[in-house]
Amino acid sequence: MLELGQDEIAKYPFLADAGQYLKDKGFTLEQFGVDPDLKQLVEKAFERIQVAADGKIYKSDLIGDQVSKEAALPREVFSFLLAIVLLKLSGMHTLIKRFALAEARRAEKYLEKDLANISDVSKKELAIKVINDLFSVQVEKLDDYFVISISDYLKHSINFHEREWKLINRHVENGQVFLTPHETVRLIRKELGTYINSKIINAKTPTMIPGFEDSVNKLVSLSKKFVTFTVTTGEYPPCIKHAIEVLEKGENLPHSGRFMLATFLLSRGQSVEQVAPLFKNAPDYNERVTLYQLNHLDGTSGSGIKYSCPSCEKLKTQDLCFAIPECDNIINPLQFGKKRK
Amino acid sequence: MQEADIKFLEDSFKKYYFEHFDLIKVPERTFEREFGYQKFNSGMTRHISVKDDKELHLLLMKNVPSDVYCSNAYYSFPNLPMNEKDWKEADLIFDIDAKDLNLSCRESHTVSICSECNQVSKNSKHCLKCNSTKIEKKSLPCKNCIDSSKTEVSKLSEILINDLAVSQENIHVYFSGNEGFHVYVYDSQFQQIGSRERSELTDYIMFNGIIPETFGMKKFKPNRSSFPDFNEKGWRGRFSKQVFGSKSKRPKIISELFANGYPSFQKTLDDVSEKIGVKIDPNVTMDIHRIFRLPGSINSKSGLTKILCKNLTKFDPYSEASFLSDESVEVFANCPIEFSLKNKKFGPFINEKVTLPTFAAVYMICKKLAIIA
Repeated sequence: MLELGQDEIAKYPFLADAGQYLKDKGFTLEQFGVDPDLKQLVEKAFERIQVAADGKIYKSDLIGDQVSKEAALPREVFSFLLAIVLLKLSGMHTLIKRFALAEARRAEKYLEKDLANISDVSKKELAIKVINDLFSVQVEKLDDYFVISISDYLKHSINFHEREWKLINRHVENGQVFLTPHETVRLIRKELGTYINSKIINAKTPTMIPGFEDSVNKLVSLSKKFVTFTVTTGEYPPCIKHAIEVLEKGENLPHSGRFMLATFLLSRGQSVEQVAPLFKNAPDYNERVTLYQLNHLDGTSGSGIKYSCPSCEKLKTQDLCFAIPECDNIINPLQFGKKRK
Repeated sequence: MQEADIKFLEDSFKKYYFEHFDLIKVPERTFEREFGYQKFNSGMTRHISVKDDKELHLLLMKNVPSDVYCSNAYYSFPNLPMNEKDWKEADLIFDIDAKDLNLSCRESHTVSICSECNQVSKNSKHCLKCNSTKIEKKSLPCKNCIDSSKTEVSKLSEILINDLAVSQENIHVYFSGNEGFHVYVYDSQFQQIGSRERSELTDYIMFNGIIPETFGMKKFKPNRSSFPDFNEKGWRGRFSKQVFGSKSKRPKIISELFANGYPSFQKTLDDVSEKIGVKIDPNVTMDIHRIFRLPGSINSKSGLTKILCKNLTKFDPYSEASFLSDESVEVFANCPIEFSLKNKKFGPFINEKVTLPTFAAVYMICKKLAIIA
């Protein structure tokens, strides 16, 4: 594991060993339920989840990159660790996914800032080490760029649909790809979210701690808000049904899944206006962006090319295929139902 | 193919495998590879594991295959079904074939063989005798086909070395035995990447999927300084040389590109792609479970050997890849195109009985343009 300083744990709290951290600071979980001063932190943890549930990124007490107060740092870490305890106690997977995604975005900001930090070499080195240790991507600094090997780059970039991520549209030299700090971090976004998510999923669920009940109950009712949206899907193939279900639950559907869903529905003759509301529940929903992207896929803006629904083969490699016998060896989801007579 | 022809080809191939086993390049880590072979008029036998060169030699002598294949992938259990093989890694491979190069010479040396009545006609869409549309095309590649394929191999090597940091000695170029070249890359950073990653590499090498922005053209407020320069590395440098021609023309051509606008620039890119992109078969490179013609084995499409090209520029497949005997044999030939092998010219033959050396007879029989008399 990485050797972390106090402010690094605050920025990347998911790197800390939770139990050990509490022990080192001389606290037990039970104290947070009873001590009025400490109980504030449980409320802070709840807020942190609530912000994530709203699709926003938690604003910390750390102002910019500076430490505001000696006390702010542990508070920051505690609120993260307690949030995990609350999430585990509530058992709401929808909220865990949203929380992991929001925390990933938050960490992304710090990683990017640390990579770009020219005055403090140690910060940059830590960010590079985080990327290296967690995602096995070797990053090196070269002039104004960060360079990674082509093979490492490809392992991540193949998950992106945007053409600018294609290797041909990248600065490639001598077996390496040149990236800005922003691009470097963007490259591992999905993996960062998955990492945090799996860390929470794999954490042990404690027994109910006296004083935590209120917050846990509030979380349970908060998660209900995300199970309201329904769409009747008569003859959609299982991959599309699955994608809609994920969105209905307010969980995060990966970019490739959104691409599949949108291109499928647009190809089936639905309009951009009809498709757009489906994404309303997505953790990072932004109406303007969604409409722009849908219009782009539909060919009404941008290149003017209408994007087609990916093949079953492609979806299989993206873990989006949930084939059933009725699929009957079709090669594209759009053929579902058509082949059967 | 008829019995007599098959027997003749098998005898010739067997003699080759007996006398020229030294030409077979048994790949490194033999026991981790999957082997396969085909016999004449029969399907593929694959999922075979071979311990060493002795075992391979035995397999060739025993089965006398028309074609022999070996995986570029390494497996823990090469003889098990595909999903149980336990894929470890695979050498990077490229296939360059003259038939994919849109060459104008093709027309002049391609024939159409009717699957119904066996009539041989010069390149046409239907049989000139019975009007059937079931046509098999056979081409007898010319010098231009080979030279153009060589050009693609050189373009590929340049990108592999300069952009992808592959060292020269790890690039092995083979004549495929028919109309093109197979390029193997060993010990690169790409050994362990999967199919989708390899597909991205092919797009890079073929100059596919480019956006105008990569070469400096923006939709709004394009800027002269973002256009590529001559001394740049990678595709931007190659693009400059192709599009600007010379340093002095650069400013004028950028002005033209500006005036034509963004959509037209995409068209420019497509035109440039046709010229500077390398024409490889992307499906071969992205297939990580393929069995690929074994170096040193005979290609049954021609009777020529898949052989290592030590000096690509000088390499002449028609004198250096033909290893079958000179023994005379009588055939009925219907081969309207002249060809040359081992520095001798043959044909054209129009429905005639001729006595030829074995290597030339095999070439025509493999092309379905002759039968044993």
